[in-house]
Amino acid sequence: MTRVKLVETPQVLFRNRRPNRIATLEEYRQSGGYEALVKVVGRWSPAEICRCIDESGLKGRGGAGFPASKKWMSVPADGAYPRYIAANADEMEPGTFKDRMLIHVDPHAVIEGMILAGYTISASKGYIFVRPSYESSAAILEQELENARRAGYLGENILGTDFSFDIVVHRSGGRYICGEATALLNALMGKRPNPIKPPPFPTVKGLWDRPTVVNNVETLANVPPILRNGPQWYRNLAETEGSAGTKLYCVSGRVNNPGCFELPMGTRFSEILERYAGGMAPGYAFKAFLPGGASTCFLTKAHYHVAMDFDAVAAAGSRLGTGAVIVFDDRTCLVAAVLNLTEFFARESCGWCTPCREGLPYLRDLLWRIEHGEGKEAFIPMLRSMCKHLWNAYCALAPGAATPVEGLLKHFEDEVREHIIQKRCPFKV
Amino acid sequence: MLSDALKETLRGKIAQGEHPREHAVDVMLEIQKRCGYMSDEAMEEAATLLGMSPLELEELATFYDHIYREPVGKYVIRVCDSAVCWMHGHLSVVDHLTSLLGIGMGETTPDGLFTVLPVCCLGYCDRAPAMMINQRIFGQLTPEKIDRVIRRLREEASFDEAE
Repeated sequence: MTRVKLVETPQVLFRNRRPNRIATLEEYRQSGGYEALVKVVGRWSPAEICRCIDESGLKGRGGAGFPASKKWMSVPADGAYPRYIAANADEMEPGTFKDRMLIHVDPHAVIEGMILAGYTISASKGYIFVRPSYESSAAILEQELENARRAGYLGENILGTDFSFDIVVHRSGGRYICGEATALLNALMGKRPNPIKPPPFPTVKGLWDRPTVVNNVETLANVPPILRNGPQWYRNLAETEGSAGTKLYCVSGRVNNPGCFELPMGTRFSEILERYAGGMAPGYAFKAFLPGGASTCFLTKAHYHVAMDFDAVAAAGSRLGTGAVIVFDDRTCLVAAVLNLTEFFARESCGWCTPCREGLPYLRDLLWRIEHGEGKEAFIPMLRSMCKHLWNAYCALAPGAATPVEGLLKHFEDEVREHIIQKRCPFKV
Repeated sequence: MLSDALKETLRGKIAQGEHPREHAVDVMLEIQKRCGYMSDEAMEEAATLLGMSPLELEELATFYDHIYREPVGKYVIRVCDSAVCWMHGHLSVVDHLTSLLGIGMGETTPDGLFTVLPVCCLGYCDRAPAMMINQRIFGQLTPEKIDRVIRRLREEASFDEAE
């Protein structure tokens, strides 16, 4: 059951948002859907498309914020065929549910974006990688892919051109690490999903050693409106200078109305919380928030009015990540919260490289002892140094796991120390 | 042993892709739909169909949390224990469920109906606390809601049996 809330700002990805049902192909078309495909396929060169996306300033929405056009352009001109597009709908970052929302609102936005990405890099096949708890999303996509095929947007000779491209849904068996781009490729190939440390990058050697672009589904859904309306239009959607477009912000935690809101990129945190998420739940005061999911650094009251775009959140010392905002209140123990986050990462580590496999249980153990009254002052520097070691891991999971721990020590060291001095959690009565 | 009909279905699935092993997870999920879990025998037969060694398939089976190498209940209940559900009292959901069913986490009820497992973020943080039963999501859980859901599943199971 999707709860629809009123948002007065321009809606691009959620323009067809309706209570409890997806937009049909016809509704998507009536709102400008597949116009971009008609406009560019067989007419624009890949370089022209990349230039347009580059000028729009579109950055990847999966967490890293890498410019989308640069990723596409890193596919070598003389790269082998067949080439592949992998759409990442695995989102398992705690706090993130935008990809599910997007697929349940307007699945053709993702499909059209993927076809356009495929055209740009001359790919012939696309995979949409979907996690098991999103079975409903997988079923929706399969049904709508069939509708797109019947309408001539997908399959052999798309729109009568010599471009052929098809998409299949790949169901995952679960596990957070599959959302990491290189692990996702191993998962798609039926191998154990360990990340592979680049180089070579997937755009050079990806699926079966062929050039492969892995994009988040929200990134892909932004492509058709940009090509349809132009880069300047897209830049103008943003709230802040230097950023572009809208963003699907997921808000959860101790708020009145948790949900996913499409707002101009750079909307202030205070506005997202108070105006859209309905403010703090009754009886709770604001304490801190994670701006971009579980693997980002805490921000505090000092950052209450931070503009939620890539640059401003980075300047505040954190990351916009996936735009998944988790709000914490004054009665929630942040040592316990970070212990929970660390448990998550320790359990979801693929176990392949030592810093991650050994380091995360070590962090968890120290945090557990502090939370349960067995902490020592010496644990604080031990936590700090282990966090540094985690940056030596193969992939971003371990540094991501270290980040909330570092954030805890940076902003709430007193709260950690209070546990050690009192030999108990001060939040437990 | 896998039935010939099931093997035929699986061969059809595998033939759809360019590389047999890209369907490894699909094949195991399909077998589990019919047989409940991946027995040693099923692992060997599935591996043969996929052109993999049983060990290669084992590497995947033990990696993914939706592949079961031992029998599970008709209904697998996964309780989300990640940050947002934790904040919204996931522990009381676990306590209520385990006392209602009389089993601990990771166990199956003697009647073979329910297995309870912890699970990482289900992606329903807007409806915390949440759980997933087989492939259905239940959010904004309260003890009353959990009682209702379990009662309904028990009724459904006895109806299935009568049929």
